[in-house]
Amino acid sequence: MAENNQNKTPDTGHEWDGIRELTNPPPRWWNIAFIMSFVWLVAYIIIYPSIPLVNDYTKGVMGWSALQEYKDAVAKNDAVRAPYIAKLEKMSAEEILGDQEMKNFADSYTKALFGDRCASCHGSNGQGVDDMFPVLNDDDWLYGGTLQDITDTIADGRLGFMSAFQGQLDEAELGQLADFVLNVSSGKATQAGWDAYNNAGCSGCHAEDATGNKWVGAPNLTDSIWRFGGSRDEVLHTIKFGVNQDGVEGTRSGVMPGFSEVLSANDIKLLTVRVWSLGGGQTE
Amino acid sequence: MAEQDKKTKSAGDIGDIYEEVHVVNVGGETIHAKRVSGRFRRYKDLVWVFWFSYLILPFLRIGGEQVVLFDIPARQFHFFGATIYPQDIWMLTFALILLAMMLFGITAIAGRIFCGFFCFQTVWTDWFVWIEEKIEGSPLQRRKLDKAPWNSEKITKRGIKYAIWSLISLVTGISFAAYFMDSYELLEDLVTFDAHIAAWVTLLSFFLGTFILAGFMREQVCFWLCPYARIQSVMVDRDSIIPSYDIPRGEPRGRLKKGVDNEQKGDCVDCNQCVAVCPTGVDIRQSALQEGCIMCGLCVDACDKVMEKIDKPKGLIRYASDNEIQGQVQPPLMRRPRVLIYLAISLASILAIVFGLASIPPLEMHVVHERQPLYVKMSDGSIQNSYTIKILNKLPEPLDVKVTVNGVEGANIIGLPDILTLQSAKVIPYTIRIRAKQDDMAAERVPVYFKVEALNDPTINEEHESFFAGPAR
Ligand code: SF4
Ligand code: SF4
Repeated sequence: MAENNQNKTPDTGHEWDGIRELTNPPPRWWNIAFIMSFVWLVAYIIIYPSIPLVNDYTKGVMGWSALQEYKDAVAKNDAVRAPYIAKLEKMSAEEILGDQEMKNFADSYTKALFGDRCASCHGSNGQGVDDMFPVLNDDDWLYGGTLQDITDTIADGRLGFMSAFQGQLDEAELGQLADFVLNVSSGKATQAGWDAYNNAGCSGCHAEDATGNKWVGAPNLTDSIWRFGGSRDEVLHTIKFGVNQDGVEGTRSGVMPGFSEVLSANDIKLLTVRVWSLGGGQTE
Repeated sequence: MAEQDKKTKSAGDIGDIYEEVHVVNVGGETIHAKRVSGRFRRYKDLVWVFWFSYLILPFLRIGGEQVVLFDIPARQFHFFGATIYPQDIWMLTFALILLAMMLFGITAIAGRIFCGFFCFQTVWTDWFVWIEEKIEGSPLQRRKLDKAPWNSEKITKRGIKYAIWSLISLVTGISFAAYFMDSYELLEDLVTFDAHIAAWVTLLSFFLGTFILAGFMREQVCFWLCPYARIQSVMVDRDSIIPSYDIPRGEPRGRLKKGVDNEQKGDCVDCNQCVAVCPTGVDIRQSALQEGCIMCGLCVDACDKVMEKIDKPKGLIRYASDNEIQGQVQPPLMRRPRVLIYLAISLASILAIVFGLASIPPLEMHVVHERQPLYVKMSDGSIQNSYTIKILNKLPEPLDVKVTVNGVEGANIIGLPDILTLQSAKVIPYTIRIRAKQDDMAAERVPVYFKVEALNDPTINEEHESFFAGPAR
């Protein structure tokens, strides 16, 4: 104690304006830490990659690298997932839907797949784009909403078709049809409307009761969901210019590409499960 | 304190003040304190009981269940029969506030009494020194041994000492690790060198930490490493009761001599016993509240002994507030705002913890509304919302529950089995849907209430509020 504090503390002989520079040693703990950091440094250089060389660098005795650590972590993760993935592969879509735990796994597994392949048109959660790309969350299906229908749609794609009635019908007739389509959706269609509908040949695709036909992708006109917009102007536009009509300016576009060549059957099955359970999957 | 300092100091030059104020032991020389018996020594020894129980606690079981287990991989904390899940961890906040307030409060009342009696650094150091004394002898002998060359005697003594220290350090480490895993399994794994890497790392750091901190760094930890030691000075005031030397009574100090008129002198006989027993090398007579003083009261014991011998009243060094030493009145404890504030916060924390423990719900439900899309219009014109629902069953056995929703007329849950069997402590998220007619909604966005209820016991239930969204109107 007192030894540290005698007036005769040795100094370096340097003195500025009466202030002496003492030669008190740094605290021991500080010295230890100082030396330890050198030991640490040497150990680090030996163990870890550290010194850059001209074309290379020292690898360290453990051969550790950040990239390898990342790959190992991925491999470890894959190993955890592997049995689930293998199990999914053996299960049918129905079986997956019946097993909540496997379904949750399938959902997280297909999240990226859906994001890559489907979300650009149908939205990240299947919410679609108003009047341009169909909503997948609802229970209205152009081409059917059973597991088999959805699988077919994803695998082979779909090409919508509707004739353009501009030029075939006069303005009054077109207007009458548009009014009919709006009315039938709210259950107020008149007999005159039904006659115009049948005479124009719409029932050929949209069915005599206007509930549509999933085999040709003709939408149900009696519900309140609109493929290309539900205002009178939009409806009239669709009737005038049709869907996917070559050479018709202003025609609606309704194309879904097929994925059978880019996705495995298993991936298509899992996507089917996802789409089916988005909100409105149908059973046979 | 300034006034006191002035009194103890002879008028000297500036250099004098510098030298005296900075009496700080920087660990250049090991302090070998004398061990004396006495009142505060006994209190100190009583605290050993607490820390022994810390060492033993993880190895106790009730009904085959480890009494205290922080099971981090399973995210469950078992504490005397109660299982606490991370969802209830908010109580930890109050537990920490309580501990902090108790520490602040006790510091305001009695200074660093925690340091002097309770702190593991003090206690473990105390054990280590006790062993040192048993093996190497009195402080005088120890100082001699320090300087002695490494002959066979020194090697044996040091060897035995280090071996016993290592054993204590090892037990400390194992006990700590045992709080986080099955304790007996851990012992088995350690013996068979089969333990998890985390266990080894914990063990090694605690072993080294104990060995170095209690064996070699000792009071230096309090000087340089401990943050509490640095902030405690803001909590102490003139009313705090701390070990103090009664300056008016003791000075002028001087050695007792035969044939001299000792009446002229103060009561301090300058025997230096108080310095000799101090584990941190402080001379309490310079002033109370010194940087190094951990307020352990050992100098009080030492001085009382001397006073007994020379037939003077005890308490030349005693637990006393600055006010008391200066002859002022000490306000009653309950009139001191600090004490009251700390007490109030402590009580509030206790209430919160008691409330929390009493009301841990056996079920916990979370419902998250799907954000994109907020709602979907279905072909019949109805509105559908999606939710992710998670229900945690905190009971030890599986539970059958049903989930209902109300808030919107005619709304019911789609996508959840009628009877849901919840496994214990396992959460499976479900995506569910609610469908309702837009006409039944009072507004664009209405609140809905999910309720989960055990089938066999409707008192086990839990509600969660969410909302049901429809198109803008
Ligand atoms: S001065 Fe007294 S109370 Fe303070 S640490 Fe030393 S022995 Fe303990
Ligand atoms: S133990 Fe008491 S009498 Fe002895 S030096 Fe310390 S204060 Fe003075």
